[in-house]
Amino acid sequence: MNKPVNQKAWLFVMPVLVLVAFNAIVPLMTVVNYSVQETFGNNVFLWSGLMWFEELLRSDRFQDAFVRQLYFTFTILAIQIPLGIIIALAMPRKGAWVSVCLVLMALPLLIPWNVVGAMWNIFALPEIGLLGKTLNNMGFDYNYTRQAGAAWATLIVMDVWHWTSLVVLLCYAGLTSIPDAFYQAARIDGASSWAIFRYIQLPKMKRVLTIAVLLRFMDSFNIYTEPLVLTGGGPGNSTTLLSIDLAKKALGEFDLGPAGAMSLIYFLVILLASWIFYTLMMKNEEQ
Amino acid sequence: MSLELKQVVKRVDGQTHIHPVDLVLEPGSFNTLLGTTLAGKTTLMQIMAGLEKPTSGEIWFNGRNVTGVAVQKRNVSMVHQLFINYPMMNVFDNIASPLKIGGYSATDIKKRVGEMAELLHISDLLDRRPSELSGGQQQRTAMARALVKQSDLILLDEPLANLDFKLREDLRDQLPRLFARRECVVVYATTEPVEALLLGGKTVAVHEGKVVQFGVSSQIYHQPGSLISARVFSEPPINTTTVVKTGNKIAINETVHWACQGSTKQLPDGKYTLAIRPHHVTPVRPHKTAITIDAIVEVAELSGSESIIHFEAFGQSWVSQSHGVHPFANGEKAKLFADVSKAFYFDAEGQIACSADGGI
Amino acid sequence: MPVQQTVAFEMAKITLSGLAHSYLPSPVKPQDWALKRLDIEWQNGGAYALLGPSGCGKTTLLNVISGLLTPSQGKVLFDDKDVTVLQPDQRHIAQVFQFPVVYDTMTVFDNLAFPLRNRGLPEDQVKTRVHTIAEMIDLTSMLKKRASGLSADGKQKISLGRGLVREDVNAILFDEPLTVIDPHLKFLLRAKLKELHQRFNNTMIYVTHDQTEALTFADQVVVMNMGEIVQIGTPVELFEKPQHTFVGHFIGSPGMNVLPCDIDNGAVMFGGRKLATTNKITGQSGKTEIGIRPEFIKFTKTGIAAKIIKVADAGRFNIVQADCHGTRINLLAMKSESIPSENVKLSFDPKNTRIYVDGWLAGERGLQ
Repeated sequence: MNKPVNQKAWLFVMPVLVLVAFNAIVPLMTVVNYSVQETFGNNVFLWSGLMWFEELLRSDRFQDAFVRQLYFTFTILAIQIPLGIIIALAMPRKGAWVSVCLVLMALPLLIPWNVVGAMWNIFALPEIGLLGKTLNNMGFDYNYTRQAGAAWATLIVMDVWHWTSLVVLLCYAGLTSIPDAFYQAARIDGASSWAIFRYIQLPKMKRVLTIAVLLRFMDSFNIYTEPLVLTGGGPGNSTTLLSIDLAKKALGEFDLGPAGAMSLIYFLVILLASWIFYTLMMKNEEQ
Repeated sequence: MSLELKQVVKRVDGQTHIHPVDLVLEPGSFNTLLGTTLAGKTTLMQIMAGLEKPTSGEIWFNGRNVTGVAVQKRNVSMVHQLFINYPMMNVFDNIASPLKIGGYSATDIKKRVGEMAELLHISDLLDRRPSELSGGQQQRTAMARALVKQSDLILLDEPLANLDFKLREDLRDQLPRLFARRECVVVYATTEPVEALLLGGKTVAVHEGKVVQFGVSSQIYHQPGSLISARVFSEPPINTTTVVKTGNKIAINETVHWACQGSTKQLPDGKYTLAIRPHHVTPVRPHKTAITIDAIVEVAELSGSESIIHFEAFGQSWVSQSHGVHPFANGEKAKLFADVSKAFYFDAEGQIACSADGGI
Repeated sequence: MPVQQTVAFEMAKITLSGLAHSYLPSPVKPQDWALKRLDIEWQNGGAYALLGPSGCGKTTLLNVISGLLTPSQGKVLFDDKDVTVLQPDQRHIAQVFQFPVVYDTMTVFDNLAFPLRNRGLPEDQVKTRVHTIAEMIDLTSMLKKRASGLSADGKQKISLGRGLVREDVNAILFDEPLTVIDPHLKFLLRAKLKELHQRFNNTMIYVTHDQTEALTFADQVVVMNMGEIVQIGTPVELFEKPQHTFVGHFIGSPGMNVLPCDIDNGAVMFGGRKLATTNKITGQSGKTEIGIRPEFIKFTKTGIAAKIIKVADAGRFNIVQADCHGTRINLLAMKSESIPSENVKLSFDPKNTRIYVDGWLAGERGLQ
């Protein structure tokens, strides 16, 4: 009732508001602006309605990139989540090795994305790269710059190497929060290791796993730098994911209208998928 | 320094957690909030501290309305059930931390911390880290930190719950003494009736978000205003059954009845709930006027010095608590004796109709 | 791994022989040992309590018995069979922990069925067994609920139920199981445990720091302090004849008064008066004290002079604190008793007044 009204609070919120405006709101509205207009340069814009959206959704190029993107995201999720859980389970809970393991796990996460791309680019080169050369010497015909399959495999292995640690660290945090009494009770109840995992560890990790899946989903959908540096979207268009396609369109071809429309569709897909996913998980939690 | 709650209500998501509460806590008073785990004790404390805002109603402190004033701007200390200390500081710095923020001089800090550590018997632990202390020592450090600054309001939320039985006994004895010379309002939450009694001071009996009775602790115990209040303030649980008073006779059933004595004579005829504390039901007849109960023993718990007998009588589960060792087999038929002159009578609304003679 | 019936027996005598444990790899000093050398034999079907302050080694001892911990020295025998190196699931024991352990994603039924299903019991037997147990511990109406939705006492009942549900359990171990339960429910659950024990005669071992829980539950109580057993006895023995001042103080609320006294030509002197005691001092030298419980001190006309400093109302009785030449004395006064003002005279019941030398009851050797 007598709560003092203090307008000074706005001053403190101001910097964030400005930052968000310039960072997110202004760029987003610019994109919306582009997506519904046509331009022929010289700052002349014409209203084009939803033309770009229709055109884009019908185009083979977009559909192909979108399918590739889905393929990529679900493959890396299918590998990284189980692998992350397995590694987290295998890590020691106590003792000197804990910090060693944690540091080793955190290392890939600390490397800048373009450096990761460059590292793997050189590492996998068939003539001079350690990996590429070894594979070829072992009799595998491996050349990621020419074979679409090899390029895909390299891309996925690189992403798994780079990001599985994130899942591991999150799961590990979930695991260490389980009190000893739970394991002791399970041992006394005669539970198998599988039962311990299924009824104690997995339920207690559920919350962090939700976050891990969400983060990995969004990040992999947004992935740009690493595949660009590694394969540049090639050979051909075989590893051209959505973001690379978008950049080609916007910056390479300077088709601002279609690129704007594509950005928005892209944005909405991620938002929708994340929302559905999160709601499902949370609903499950409440039961 | 008085604390006053005026028609304080707390609702969360349409659920009422605290029903309208009016409470005046006097300066220098020791007030115990007594109730079960989800009775609303912690919510009440958080409202008093200013950590939570009431949905409606006002909080006045020293004649000033402090509703909505942030906790940082009030002079409040709080001790939680879990021992919370700064892990990177030693005991001395932990206790001194509120004084350093308060801008006291180094010599003053040293003196005050020394006094407080002395009172709580942790003087020889001052240079240790919290991780090197036992639970009891950590909790005493947390308490010392809360008490060292001259707060206007000190809130203790089940501070002894996680401590060893014997340590609890000791601190229960020391605590009221620590506040004896202060002007501040102390609020102490507990689930244990015995604790409320031994701490002395006043008790606020809380049940399902309502304050059911407020007054001097021993008075509430000996003169409960309602059946709920009697239940909240009874450990072991108080025994109850329905009785009918007609003329000069009070009857539980056809065979168990007795003639009115003392103040029960004034009771209007009708149905009442009789409540009698377990230690007034004994295997040995206390005196001639005690009534005989045909009991079926469920289980007898015998400690070295007393017997607690759980039994069935009048279709209810009753408890008897008595001195000495009185063994009974499970399912055994036994005769127990209830001193009905020590019973309470509650009317249909659960309000007190007649109190025990001599007030026990 | 089919562990069914690895060691098949029901309800066993438990023997701890020469047992000691240290959490350090190479213990040197006495305080390096969490559990100092001890020998105990527990009969089949008894109710036992391990009582002591935190850090006294009682939980360590319990974990050694359950097999969660392998002792540094000594053996654990169930019915004279050595089980020292067996895993918990092979020992056929059940344990209820301080904080309720339930399998969150399962229903109450599945929780109770879990130990049986793990051992490959046919589902129809699981069903009858679970229903029987649920009936006994008042969980029948909750069987279909998710275990995570229950209150603390409900969860603790599940933990207990998982122990009772197996027919092949040698012993049920309790590690301070009532800590997180409200007083009213604690009181009822405690009685329930006692009742279950008397109905089924399972060997039960109960660890606690709360003397009331230990004394009301157990037929025999093991009092521990600093990794050592101080006294083993029935609740009556512990109350009436503590072997050590620690036991006297730890048992009873308030505990036994331990008052420094002088020995003058074999006579016990306290507060300037000669005291009659049940035991005699036999020439030993050392710190001498008398032990007297608050229950056995009365107000009299002539006796030890003291000053009342505090009267606390405990409901059933008053706890009176008196000061006698700087020594504090607690006594219990019934509500019907009137308490004299300030200066009083106290008398000690000679039958319950004992002399202790260096903490141990005089005239009797300690356990060692």
